[in-house]
Amino acid sequence: MQVKNMIKSIKDMEAVKEKYRPSIQLRLGKANKQLQTHVLVCSGTACASSASQAVREELLHQLQKHNLEERVKVIKTGCFGFCQQGPIVVVQPDNVFYCQVERKDVKMLVENHLIEGQVVEELLFQEPDTGERHQKMEEIRFFHNQQRVLLQNCGLINPEDINEYIARDGYFALAGILKQQPEEVIDQVLKSGLRGRGGGGFPTGRKWDIASRQEVTPKYVICNADEGDPGAFMDRSILEGDPHAVLEGMSIAAYAIGASQGYVYVRAEYPIAVDRLEVAIRQARKAGLLDHHILGTDFSFDIGIKLGAGAFVCGEETALLHSAMGARGEPRPRPPYPAQEGLWSKPTIINNVETLANVPLIFRKGWEWYKGQGVATSTGTKVFSLAGKINNTGLIEVPMGTSLRTIIYDIGGGIQGERRFKAVQTGGPSGGCIPEEYLDKPVDYDSLKEIGSMMGSGGLIVMDDRDCMVDIARFYIEFAQDESCGRCTPCRVGTKRLLEILQRITKGQAELEDLELMEELAYDIRDASLCGLGQTAPNPVLSTLRYFREEYLAHIRDKHCPAGVCKELLHYQVVEEKCIACGICAKACGVDAITGEKKKPPYKIDPEKCVRCGACLAKCPKEAIIKSGLRVPAAAAAVQEGVTKHARSAGIYTNA
Amino acid sequence: MKATTEQEYPHSEQGIVPLLPKTETKPEKREMVDTKDHKYRELDKILDHYRGEKGELIRVLHSAQKIFGYLPPEVQAYVALKMDIPVSEVNGVVTFYTLFVTEPKGKHTISVCMGTACYVKGAREVMDKLKDELKLDARETSADGMFTLRSTRCLGACGMAPVMTVDEEVHGKLNAGDLTGILKIYQEQDAGEEHDQVH
Repeated sequence: MQVKNMIKSIKDMEAVKEKYRPSIQLRLGKANKQLQTHVLVCSGTACASSASQAVREELLHQLQKHNLEERVKVIKTGCFGFCQQGPIVVVQPDNVFYCQVERKDVKMLVENHLIEGQVVEELLFQEPDTGERHQKMEEIRFFHNQQRVLLQNCGLINPEDINEYIARDGYFALAGILKQQPEEVIDQVLKSGLRGRGGGGFPTGRKWDIASRQEVTPKYVICNADEGDPGAFMDRSILEGDPHAVLEGMSIAAYAIGASQGYVYVRAEYPIAVDRLEVAIRQARKAGLLDHHILGTDFSFDIGIKLGAGAFVCGEETALLHSAMGARGEPRPRPPYPAQEGLWSKPTIINNVETLANVPLIFRKGWEWYKGQGVATSTGTKVFSLAGKINNTGLIEVPMGTSLRTIIYDIGGGIQGERRFKAVQTGGPSGGCIPEEYLDKPVDYDSLKEIGSMMGSGGLIVMDDRDCMVDIARFYIEFAQDESCGRCTPCRVGTKRLLEILQRITKGQAELEDLELMEELAYDIRDASLCGLGQTAPNPVLSTLRYFREEYLAHIRDKHCPAGVCKELLHYQVVEEKCIACGICAKACGVDAITGEKKKPPYKIDPEKCVRCGACLAKCPKEAIIKSGLRVPAAAAAVQEGVTKHARSAGIYTNA
Repeated sequence: MKATTEQEYPHSEQGIVPLLPKTETKPEKREMVDTKDHKYRELDKILDHYRGEKGELIRVLHSAQKIFGYLPPEVQAYVALKMDIPVSEVNGVVTFYTLFVTEPKGKHTISVCMGTACYVKGAREVMDKLKDELKLDARETSADGMFTLRSTRCLGACGMAPVMTVDEEVHGKLNAGDLTGILKIYQEQDAGEEHDQVH
C-alpha cells in the first residue's frame, strides 16, 4: 500500500480518515448506497492454516471470470476470533458471516450471493444445540457476551494498510498526547488502572513513572511479543490483525518516558506476525508517524524488530533483555528493575503486546471511560484464547470480571460431545487448574490468584473427564523442566526431581510419602528460584493437589487412573463373549502378548507382555477388546457390557 | 583429561583455520566447494549488513541457518571470527535456543505441536504414530534424509488442535489415522520431482 504524502499534522490525518472512511463504513454495514461489496477473508494463522489463502485466490479468480473486480473487493483481514469455524469469510455491507468456507464453495458464493444476491444458507453458522442458522455475526452466541474494543479492528481492517487504521481513528491518540506534557500522559495511564497483560499485572503507569524519573539516557521501549504459554495466541492475533495499535502504544510510551528507540521482541515461531510488523513499521515511517520529527514535532522515535529463537524463559523480562542483546536468554536477579537498568544498562520499559494495544484506547476514549470497564482492581477488557475440549475455540474479548461460566458455557458453547467439565487451566505453565466449584468466580487478577491460579497472558484451556489431572501436572512440569535455563539450582534440579516424582505416580510406582515430598519440593522451588519461570513452575502441581488430590491418591494407592490416560495403569482385555477368535489381534500385536487358537475363543492378553499400544483394540473387528482403568477379572469382563461400551469409545473407566 | 582434548579438537581443527580456500580449490572438487563458497559469500553479505550494530548475533544466526540449513561448528566459528566475539559465546547462544540446530535436517521437517490444547486433544498419539511410521525418535532424521521429526512449542493454532507443520504447511484437526496419507503426499511429491529431473 503506497503512502503518498507525509502526515505532518492532525489536519493531514483527518484528510486520510475522510478518504478511507467510506470503505470502513461499508464494512461496518453502514453504507447508504451499495456501490461496492467488500469480501473480508480472515488471514490469521488459524484460518491461514485451514487454507484461507486458497479461498482468497479462488475468490479473485472467480471475480475476474465474472468481471466483478470493479464492484467487489477482496480484503485480507486479521482474526475474527472464531477459529473453530475457519476460514471465515464476511460479505459487507450485506453483513453475512460465512464459516468453514472451502475453495470448492467459492464458486457458489460468488454466483449465488455476489451475482444473484442470494445468501448461501449452507455456509452460515449453525448453533450446535438448536440447529439455528445465523446470518449476522452479532446473532451468533459466541459473540453475545463479548465486548470487542481492543479487537475492534481485527477482522475489519486490512492490517497491511496504515490508512485504514487511521480511518479507524488510529494515531489520533498519539497526535493528541504530543500536545501534552509527558507527566500528564503517565498520570492518565495511572488513573486508567491499566495493569500489565503479560501475566504479572503490574500497574503500567507505575512502570512508566519509574522509567521517566531516571536521568540516564537513552531510554528504550520494548514490546514483549514472546508469547510462549502453550495454548495462548492473543498477542499473535493482535499483531496479525492490528499491528499499528501496538506501534501507536509504543510511541505513546516512548513519549511519556523520553525514549527514542523501541524494539518489538517477537517469537520466530510467528512468521505472519513478523511480516505484518515489518510492513506496519515501514508504512509508519513513510507516513511520518515513526522515525524523525513525528507529526512535525520534535519527538523522534523509531522501532526495530528483535527475533527470538525458541526459548520460553525469554518471556521473563530480564531474560528477554539478554536475548534482545543477542546473548543467551538467562534471567538475572531484580532489582535493579529494567525500568532502572535495562537494555544496554539503560532505563527500559517492557510491556506486553496487549498492554500496549490498550494504551491508544485509554487516550482515544478517555481514562475515565477506561476505568469504568471491568472491575475496580482490574480495569478494561481482557482477550483470552479459548481452547481445549470446548465447542467454540477461538479468540474472545470480555470485560474483566466476567465469570468463567459465561466464558466457557455462553461464549465457548460448553464442553464438546456431551462430556463433563472437569477443570479449566489458566495462566499456562505458571497457572493452575480451576475445578467446577469456582466456575462462577469472576476472572480478574486478584480472584484468580486467590484460587491458586493466575491470569497469565490469557490462555484458557478447558478439560473434560477424560483428562487426567496428574498427567496434566506432569505435562506442565515437563515443559518447565525442559525450558528451565539452568541458571539457578532450585529450578534446574528441582523441576527435574519434581518431574521424576510425577512420572513415578503416573506409572503407578509411587508411594504415599511421595505426595508429601512433592509438596515440600514444590514450595521450595517456588520460594528459592531466581525468576518467574521457576517461582511459578510448581503452580500446576500445587493447584491440582489442592483440587484433585483424590486423583493423585487413586494413582498411588489403587494404581488406577480414573481418566484412563496414564498408559502404564491401563489394562487391555478380551471380552470372552464377543471374541470370535479370528486372530487379527494377535497378528497386530507387536510384542506377542496375545495368545489363542483360531476359532477357539477367547484369545488372551498377557498383561506382563502388553505394552499398551492399543494396536489390537484398533484392529479388532468385533470390538471385543476393552481398555479400562482397572483390571477386571476375566470372568467378570463380560458383565461389564454397559461400562465397556463407554470405555471403548472414550477410553475411560467408570464405576457403573 | 581425555574428554577435554576431544572437546577442544574441533575448535583447533576446524574453527580457526581459514575457511575459504578460494585459490587452492582442486578442480574435481570445484562444484561442491563452489556452492559452499557461495553460501559463505551469502553469509558475508548478512554479516556486512549488521556490522557495527550491537546485539545482532541471534539475527545473524537465523540468517546463517537459513543459508546453510543448520549451524555446524565451522559456521559458528566463522560468525565468531567475523563478529569478533568468542566462539564459546556463539556456541553458547546456538545451544541455548531450540530453533538453532547443529545437525543437518531432513528434506522435510515435521513439527508436532506440543502445546496444552494440542496435548489434551491427542498430540501424543500423533507423535507416537509418526515415530512408529517413520521409525524415528523425536529430534531424529530418517536414514533417507527425507524427514526430521521434532516436537514444537505452541504454534498458536489451538482452534485446529492437534496441529503439526510439515515445513511451512500447517495440518490441523489431525488424528493418528490421517498421518500415513499426509506423509505420502510429501513422499510422492518428491518422487515426482526426482522423476522430472531424470527426464
